[in-house]
Amino acid sequence: MNARYFLRRLLLAVPTLFGVALVVFVLIRVVPGDPVAMMIPPGATPEDIARLRAFYGLDKSIPMQFWLWLQAALTGEFGTSITYKQDVMDLIAERLPVTLELGIVAMLVACLLGGAAGIVSAARQGRWLSTLIDNLAAVVQAIPDFLWGLIFILLFGVALPWLPISGRIDTALSEQAGGGFVLLSSLLHGRWQIVGSDLLYMIAPALALALPVAAMIARVLKASMQEALASDYVRLARLKGLSGVRVLLSEALPNALIPAVSLSAVQFAFLLGGTVLVEKLFSYPGLGNLAISAVVGRDLPLIQAVVLTFAVLFIAINLAVDVLVLLLNPRLRGGSH
Amino acid sequence: MAERQSVSTAERLLRDPRVLIGGAICALLLILALFAGWIAPLDPEDQDLGASFEAPLLWGGSDAATADAAIDPDAPRHWLGSDNLGRDVLSRLVHGARTAVIVATVSALLAGVVGTLLGLLAGYFGGRVDALISRIVDVWMSFPPVLLAIVLVSLIGTGLTSVIAAIVIVDWTRFCRVVRAEAQAQTALDYVTSARMLGLPARRILLSEILPNVAPLLITLVTLEMGIAIVVEAMLSFVGLSVASGATTWGGMIGEGRLYINQAPWLMLLPMLAMIVSVLGLNALGDGLRRQLDPVVRR
Repeated sequence: MNARYFLRRLLLAVPTLFGVALVVFVLIRVVPGDPVAMMIPPGATPEDIARLRAFYGLDKSIPMQFWLWLQAALTGEFGTSITYKQDVMDLIAERLPVTLELGIVAMLVACLLGGAAGIVSAARQGRWLSTLIDNLAAVVQAIPDFLWGLIFILLFGVALPWLPISGRIDTALSEQAGGGFVLLSSLLHGRWQIVGSDLLYMIAPALALALPVAAMIARVLKASMQEALASDYVRLARLKGLSGVRVLLSEALPNALIPAVSLSAVQFAFLLGGTVLVEKLFSYPGLGNLAISAVVGRDLPLIQAVVLTFAVLFIAINLAVDVLVLLLNPRLRGGSH
Repeated sequence: MAERQSVSTAERLLRDPRVLIGGAICALLLILALFAGWIAPLDPEDQDLGASFEAPLLWGGSDAATADAAIDPDAPRHWLGSDNLGRDVLSRLVHGARTAVIVATVSALLAGVVGTLLGLLAGYFGGRVDALISRIVDVWMSFPPVLLAIVLVSLIGTGLTSVIAAIVIVDWTRFCRVVRAEAQAQTALDYVTSARMLGLPARRILLSEILPNVAPLLITLVTLEMGIAIVVEAMLSFVGLSVASGATTWGGMIGEGRLYINQAPWLMLLPMLAMIVSVLGLNALGDGLRRQLDPVVRR
């Protein structure tokens, strides 16, 4: 493992994080004019307003305000949500696991669907099945998650009402299920009824998030599989008399995996971004839904915290991707360059 | 090689089914947008509470419409049904196409101009300029695009201009990243080196030497971005943050139709289909153009 590369990559994330903080600060503090004007209750006296300004540090210079804000943000003090009257960090801590579970399940679905489609399409190259998969993947990829969500709402909400399209879990079970990582904890404790209900409610939103990503994975995996299948070592394996399936899965696949893995990891960040609207569509009580309520309610402390949380998540995922690709690719591992 | 060149680009484009189908869909959208006032049978905002929730004629629920016509033979026919306020769905779809085309074209072009300019500068000059622009792109890419657009519109206010502004502010990076890489590759080629040695000013090299070589890529990116812009506008309308209530949008129709999915599913289905067809058409066109215009893919 190239420690120096990793360190460099980690250091590069610092100015990005700083930039993200600056953008959020400018968005929240500078663009809308006076944030206090939006917080004051009707009938507040000028003294009240001045006190509120001083309380939020708004009587100081802009760079000073940024510095104070940054310090607060680093310690996770985003204040109290205006709409929920609750500590902002508590709200985020409550909603983040919901979104993470949904995002990870959706990503697993995308990898399985996309992986299977890509392998089959590469194996049947030139046959009708391969052509069908390729065309299907092009169409599926072109339709974004929001539209898939709408399609599933009509499909499962009206035409074939087999699946729940609203909420996270059966209301009869929600008391018992509690909050946080419900799927994970009930899996660990073997509470299968909760696991089943949780997964059932997850199908529609997770599929909406997964389909475009699955199509993208299928296309990239197919391309790199084709390349691997045309290479000398695969031809050698064939000459040695290994069976077709064996050549495909244990010779070609491992080498074709690197581009697909690095792409899917990058796509994971975009998939998480997609939860904002998809959770809203399916009334899924995660971070994305919280973000929309915050925006609609003009809840500035909550908006900035949610945006920052997503940004930190994105940066962390991208960092993890780089490390993962480094670990997977023997050519980049070891040696200093 | 000689044979390949004898087939003109236009001929090659017209032979690609992707370009043909995608182009036809885009042309249809453009016609709907330009002549919305003439094509739409009724005023899209005209309410008729007596004729709400009429089913489209082919839905099988045309009884209500026939009954209506029996009572009042002059009552307008709603070919694609009517919504909760009795507004004509077909007319609303046509006028929604106008909003979609305006948002898609203007925001894709503006995002393209901003992103291309910054990408060209970063790719050509390299060094500090590149480091600065790349850092900004990194920061931008750290935000979920949809969330950033929603927050921007909620802060600068709703309306056609702010929706376009938000899409441009969020999506210029798509162009910047691609153009930067391409400009970097072009700058390393001989023709740029010789142009530099001739002492041509940087502006001239960028705009009349490098830009034409990036153009095929840009055409593709603009078509794809138009599809993205249509969906983003719909998302914003869906959350209630888009164009003011005066203008008709597909996203707004979907958002309202969502409330009546069991009673009148066509209210959500029809604008959804309009959006899916537009997005697929734009994607097919972009994909076809890329395959036919980009020498690397064509090989």
